[in-house]
Amino acid sequence: MIAVVDYKAGNLTSVMKALRAVGADAEVTDDPAVVRSADKIVLPGVGHFAATRFLEERGLKAAIQEEIAAGKPFLGICVGLQWLFAGSTEAPGCAGLAAFPETCDRFAPGKKIPHVGWNSLAIRPESRLFAGIPDGSFVYFTHSYRAPVTNATVAVTEYGEPFSAAVESGNIMGVQFHPEKSGETGLRVLRNVLEWKPC
Amino acid sequence: MLTRRIIACLDVNAGRVVKGVQFVDLVDAGDPAELAARHAASGADEIVFLDITATHEARGTLLETVRRAARQLFVPFTVGGGIRTADEAAAVFDAGADKISINSAALARPELIGEIGSKFGAQAVIVAIDARRAPGNAAPDNAVVFTTGGRTPTGRRAVEWAREAEDRGAGEILLTSMDADGTRAGFDCELTAAVSGAVQIPVIASGGAGIARHFVQVFREGKADAALAAGMFHFGIADVRALKEELRREGIPVRLLC
Repeated sequence: MIAVVDYKAGNLTSVMKALRAVGADAEVTDDPAVVRSADKIVLPGVGHFAATRFLEERGLKAAIQEEIAAGKPFLGICVGLQWLFAGSTEAPGCAGLAAFPETCDRFAPGKKIPHVGWNSLAIRPESRLFAGIPDGSFVYFTHSYRAPVTNATVAVTEYGEPFSAAVESGNIMGVQFHPEKSGETGLRVLRNVLEWKPC
Repeated sequence: MLTRRIIACLDVNAGRVVKGVQFVDLVDAGDPAELAARHAASGADEIVFLDITATHEARGTLLETVRRAARQLFVPFTVGGGIRTADEAAAVFDAGADKISINSAALARPELIGEIGSKFGAQAVIVAIDARRAPGNAAPDNAVVFTTGGRTPTGRRAVEWAREAEDRGAGEILLTSMDADGTRAGFDCELTAAVSGAVQIPVIASGGAGIARHFVQVFREGKADAALAAGMFHFGIADVRALKEELRREGIPVRLLC
């Protein structure tokens, strides 16, 4: 079972629909016990980074941290990717999971913000998230803050500046775009997560 | 590179897709779920579903039709028409919409923009603006906003209302030129450029699409981030795939399916 963590930030209908379309047994939950009993964890999320405070208040952050340390696969989507970093200038007082030490920041001015629409991925060939997905494929984004390009970056997208469209480190995965809204490419990413096994 | 979006719009009346000329003379164009799936398969970047008679007849959005259309869609799906409260928006999101579009209700009570945005995120709130050039002063900055499906003039200027909508937390503007709508003679590029230049958020141009050249114009001259068409696609005059191939030849960045 995949635990889809509900932290009261936006709408989970599309994520659930897409996970079920690729054959996942997925369940929306805000209960740390359900997170602990799941095979995989998905943290979706649109909206403000500050919403992730709920995870700490509910004991979900501790549960996710322990399960990740124990090797359970984790996928963060959108704000869920940003939460994998130390934090975001969108909510300076609000700590992320700090699986990656960098900080997320707002796009530099000089272009339309938010970054909305279909943009292309420059994919690192070793990525497991993008197995079977051609370099240059398009996915759907909608966000104003972005994670920097780091050692964990497996897909880079350009919007005035390069940023992390996806990160991957062992069992920890994150995508800035919305796989549930990215057509066949997005469904393939979800299927890759569903089929993820330890190396 | 961020591509320009091509959005297929389903104007829905009583559970059927219809197409009108300048907001009247409705013609049946098919089943919403079937058309949504067909457009997505041919490369539409998003689907918009507008319950065009909802406000006029004070009828709620047809949630069941939304649910049926959403089931087959894995591209962004926007629903508008008759959404008056954050609770009504919540029901539409629950039925499978990713974004809602509000028009008359936002003009009547602009706080609604922030109320929905704070709960579902700004990216989920599109403010739709139906505008017409004023007869006395046809300058694009002077175009006037209409409500209730183009029936009631508000006296507000489109450019100013777009700015206020952005300040109140709208994620995108859907700008329909009522002068161009249904004519298939081209978008109102001047009006689109005026609104696009006035806000930071993306602007979707609507009204007047007939041929690929119109899209080239509205992206280049109109500074539109996305362009929407309805009847042009429904009757097979141009499908999204053919349109995008032509746009790519013209040097407009678009997402092409493999």
